[in-house]
Amino acid sequence: MECTLRPYLPIAVYGALVLGTGFSLTLASSIFGPRVRRLEKESTYECGSLPLGSSRERFSVKFYLVAILFVLFDIETVFLVPWAVVYRSMGLFGLLEMLAFMGILLLGFVYAWKRGGFDWE
Amino acid sequence: MTLSLSFCLHLSAAIFSIGVYGVLTRSNLIVILMSLEIMLNAVNLSLVAFGRAFLTDLTRDPSGPQVFVIMVLAVAAAEAAVGLSILLAVYRKWRTTNAGEIDLLKG
Amino acid sequence: MSFSDSIFWVFATTAVVPAFLILFTRSIVRMAFLLLGSLAGFAGLYLQLNAAFLGFTQVMVYIGGILILFLFGVMLTQRSDIPVREKVGPALAVPGFFAGLLLMAALLFIALQNPWKTHPPVPVTEPDTPVIGIKLLSTYILPFEAVSILLLAAMVGATYIARVQAPGAPDGQAELSDSNAEGRLE
Repeated sequence: MECTLRPYLPIAVYGALVLGTGFSLTLASSIFGPRVRRLEKESTYECGSLPLGSSRERFSVKFYLVAILFVLFDIETVFLVPWAVVYRSMGLFGLLEMLAFMGILLLGFVYAWKRGGFDWE
Repeated sequence: MTLSLSFCLHLSAAIFSIGVYGVLTRSNLIVILMSLEIMLNAVNLSLVAFGRAFLTDLTRDPSGPQVFVIMVLAVAAAEAAVGLSILLAVYRKWRTTNAGEIDLLKG
Repeated sequence: MSFSDSIFWVFATTAVVPAFLILFTRSIVRMAFLLLGSLAGFAGLYLQLNAAFLGFTQVMVYIGGILILFLFGVMLTQRSDIPVREKVGPALAVPGFFAGLLLMAALLFIALQNPWKTHPPVPVTEPDTPVIGIKLLSTYILPFEAVSILLLAAMVGATYIARVQAPGAPDGQAELSDSNAEGRLE
């Protein structure tokens, strides 16, 4: 089996195991699980407490800002990884380049901080 | 055996056209942004395929197209972040994310 | 058909079929999850094209980041009184369909007609991440630093447009645009 994907065989096995476990457990519980049809059982929390409002509620903007900053710093990580792999051979010059990159991004971080993007009150 | 350039280009063309259809027909801003991401992905695939196909024994350097794709990824992330912020601002103003209903500039 | 070819077909199907199904789905949340499947297929294709770094970057940035952002966008803008669905009328669908078809025909024509000077594939043995790292910090140094400025602009712009209130700002400023909105949920 000469294949470019040969090194990823463990990942494939892992993925198959995860998917198989999820599907088989769901299937098993739907086959073997007891079916009780009472009003309490059909309610949201199955214990008598009533849900407050709809579950289709809108979320707060704060979560969204954190998600935006996460994506942008995710990209930063993408640029960090290749640099980290060749860190020793690039030496001081590479370090300075990376510091400039990080410094510019830090400005945005400081701006978001000053603007209260991380205030959780 | 590796996959051929022409097959990757066909795949890329098909997915790009799907993205174009989505951008042209959908009216929800989020769905339009999603279709844009599909188009960007199709282009990335063709870039990687070209980089693989033009790799020779003399220039064993696959990094050119890949760096290009990383730049496209960075632009896509920035676009998604700013685009969805604009979507949020638009939603606050008009209470809708339907592109057809946002017609303030219509004469 | 060899084993490698069949794996390629699996990835190609994973990339195309969800993208195609997005066209016929009306729930936006379902579209986001279909997009997840499509992006995962792309990641697999990158792996098979000997672009391991790009494959994992795809998973990390697109699936782990941008897709989550889309789901947040859905959660932030949906209203409980309007279901998150939409319909494409024939007035848009028919011209859009033909535009997409024409574009696909043109792209396929170019892909088939152009005599690509391809070389027989060279087996790649060394990992590509160090090469990318060295090139990124030497040949492509200008785009590399430009990307940081782009990300800075995106960060500042997104923070500003999303209107997170500045600590010292008067109370009504951020809420100004909401004054004509009826039935706020917050």
